[in-house]
Amino acid sequence: MLRETVFYLLIVVAGTSGELCVTRAMKTIGEVTDFRPASLLRVVFRAMKVGWMWIGLGQMTLAFFALLGMLSLENVSMVIPVTAMSYAFGALGGKLFLGERVTPQRWAGVLLVCVGVTLVFIGKG
Amino acid sequence: MMPSAGLRFKTYLLISMMVVFGPLGDVLLGKGMKHVGALADWTPTGLFRFFDTAFGSTTIWLGIGSLFAFFMAYILVLSWADYSFVQPASSVAYGVVALLGYLVLRETITPTRWAGIAIICAGVFIVGQTPPRTTES
Repeated sequence: MLRETVFYLLIVVAGTSGELCVTRAMKTIGEVTDFRPASLLRVVFRAMKVGWMWIGLGQMTLAFFALLGMLSLENVSMVIPVTAMSYAFGALGGKLFLGERVTPQRWAGVLLVCVGVTLVFIGKG
Repeated sequence: MMPSAGLRFKTYLLISMMVVFGPLGDVLLGKGMKHVGALADWTPTGLFRFFDTAFGSTTIWLGIGSLFAFFMAYILVLSWADYSFVQPASSVAYGVVALLGYLVLRETITPTRWAGIAIICAGVFIVGQTPPRTTES
């Protein structure tokens, strides 16, 4: 159970923090409007020059290995939904770290997602 | 600020790609890791052997390829859309994961879990009614 808890925390905390950092990096790049392969490649190269991208990727890599470990212990349809607790963490991070306007409606949606996740956890077969 | 139809379209298009490639990658990884087996030896050598076996699996690499496609769609959509919009909106993927787990891996999904997934989808629908971008471009 301790192993599952450590993996779970790594997936949620490191995963979400990593995604927030990647978002900040992509916001630094600006809105992508050209979707031709060569342009997309340029976007990727530009993104790789932003420090936040590397901080984010590092944390997401840690979360990925925790996911691999967790998947070796639990069913995939159990593992993936329980990691969705990161939605509450993500919405808070979006507001505080990225300055997004998280409206009550958006919070309500996030809350429903968390309730759904809890049910998925309780309903483990 | 009111989002344009174009902004909504490309946001939903890339989120749809995430919903397809994310679960596909997860299921392929799940299938691959089940084949590799549980991690029993926690010494550095044991860990190395575990990941060496995992990365020798074609299924694992197909899963990683799918997750790469997911990641590309993900970083592109985040160049304009809110993280607090994209993250919950893409959770429709949980329904897809459960369905794939049920159909491909023959996993058991209890009615409570199906109810949880339905509520997650309702939450996503509500988030989907909010503007995808609330910050300056």
